Amino acid sequence: MVELLAQTGLNAIYAASYMSLVAVGLVLIFGVMGVINFAHGELFMLGAYTVVALYADFQLPFLFAVAVGLVFVGVVGLGMERALFRPLRDNPLGGLVASIGFLMILQALAVMGFGVRMEHVPPVTQEVIVFSEKVRLAVPRLFVIVAAVVLLTALWAFLKKTRFGWALRASAQDPEAAALQGISINQTSRIAMFIGAGLAGIAGALTAPLVSVNPYMGHSVIVSAFIVIIVGGIGSLEGAVVAAVAYAFVHTIVTTFWDGVIADIVGLSLMLVVLIVKPTGLFGTADRA
Amino acid sequence: MRNRALHIIGWPALAAALIALPYGLSFSQQEVLVFLTINVLLVASYRLLTLTGEWSLGHVVIMGVGAYASALYTKELGIYVPISMILGACTAALVAMLLSFPLFRMKGFYFLIGSFAAGEIIRLLWKRFRDPFGGPKGIKKIDPMPDFDIGIYSFDFFEPISYYYLALVVVGICLWIMWRIERSPVGLTFHAVHWQDKLAEAAGVNVRAYRTLAFVIASGFAGLSGALLAHYIGTVNPNSFDIEMMVFVLTWAIVGGTATFYGPIIGAIVLTILNEVVLREMGFEQMRPLIYGLLLICSVLFLPKGLESVVQKVLARRNGSGAAAAGEEQA
Repeated sequence: MVELLAQTGLNAIYAASYMSLVAVGLVLIFGVMGVINFAHGELFMLGAYTVVALYADFQLPFLFAVAVGLVFVGVVGLGMERALFRPLRDNPLGGLVASIGFLMILQALAVMGFGVRMEHVPPVTQEVIVFSEKVRLAVPRLFVIVAAVVLLTALWAFLKKTRFGWALRASAQDPEAAALQGISINQTSRIAMFIGAGLAGIAGALTAPLVSVNPYMGHSVIVSAFIVIIVGGIGSLEGAVVAAVAYAFVHTIVTTFWDGVIADIVGLSLMLVVLIVKPTGLFGTADRA
Repeated sequence: MRNRALHIIGWPALAAALIALPYGLSFSQQEVLVFLTINVLLVASYRLLTLTGEWSLGHVVIMGVGAYASALYTKELGIYVPISMILGACTAALVAMLLSFPLFRMKGFYFLIGSFAAGEIIRLLWKRFRDPFGGPKGIKKIDPMPDFDIGIYSFDFFEPISYYYLALVVVGICLWIMWRIERSPVGLTFHAVHWQDKLAEAAGVNVRAYRTLAFVIASGFAGLSGALLAHYIGTVNPNSFDIEMMVFVLTWAIVGGTATFYGPIIGAIVLTILNEVVLREMGFEQMRPLIYGLLLICSVLFLPKGLESVVQKVLARRNGSGAAAAGEEQA
């Protein structure tokens, strides 16, 4: 029983790692630009397909493929900012609807490029860290955990210690006041969108060998990301991380003892409860909706 | 005077055209026509919901509730199909009523995401519980509409033409009811709740009750459209009511525009014709999500008031008073 719990805990830490990467990106985009990016799950999918194309098909090194995934999806994010969210800045519902349209386009492109079948990505390494007979951690999962810790720490340092980070947080707090202080909203939007999309891309790239990659994989990702950002408080980065860890534990434990669908239902119900009791979430303060 | 003449001639002419329409079409086009008729009801009911200013992402799931309910009533309880359709609509309205307690504590974004979550929960319940919902494969072999004979025409509901006439009558009646609702004091209050909710509240309107009312009525009609669909195709499953279908409905409403009664209906008709005539004939069927995504983005960016604004401009040019009418529609 202890071993089962320990193993479930390890699985939950892994799930929390990629979920917080996705959710933090989503929160960053919402915080700075005020739109919910419905296509965020598809950005994750795009990162995974970068690895399929470069690592599985062209045999390039895995870490190179992951780095390309980060940059490529980040650039796609820049494109979204320029083409969709900037013209619709005064129309948050329009931005959301446009991102739904973009989601359909990315899905259709993935179907056309790779087909609806599940892609097989060969494992990067077969190594497993064995804690005991029943408690083991595959090394590729460790990559995801390490990447999440490093990237989120780097993001935290960027936001708190650099001038760009201050500008970003200022325009998240109050875009008009920030603009009056000479901060370019276009500039901060670009940075937020690049980082947010890039985080989703790298999460997808790193998890590609561990999950079944298919054009519709973004759906479950965006559903969990929504749960995480609502529970954590929409617009709160710390809340997103805490909620990702909490949700990952709940989801993994329910999946282990019952099944995955029940776990999804429990997660969505938790989110509804939070929406009813405290719509600003556990850590949220400002209400920009 | 001219207006009345237009009504006396126009409506029967439209009815005659709609009755004659399937005879000019091939079998597969007739089937599309049935789906289109059902979708018109769905998208019109969606507009009724948006009248109070809330956009839901769970509307297609509510349609599914009507479909599942009606299918189960006939299959498990052996209820006569037309009655079970109405009961299916009532079930959808009831489920909406229950959902409204949590959902209408939210507004805007939160309502949107909350309705999405609620819809997903219902869909996952269908998927998870094989008994009675049939799990991921859904319910099969749903009883069809029983055939009947009205003297001049004998209805055989395996023929799309017959089902089209049935759907046409049902949808026609529903659209008329929705039109009357919108023109009634209740409907005017819906508009007030949308555009001036603080003022309406100050004037003694129970804003939340009216939001709930619009949601419940719209869900009832959506449920009826689901029941019509279920007894036509004979099978329902969780995936036919997923977010992709919701995006189609959203696209019809946004491309058509939601300021007028006819806007979303135009959207549904134009996009269905585009889909069937252009895409399917040219063999681009699998590009449908791509095209819909592009259309959604383009209409949000370049035609934010929808196709209805084009119609209004044409009408305004035709007769000078049209501009005033268009202005009235906006308000």
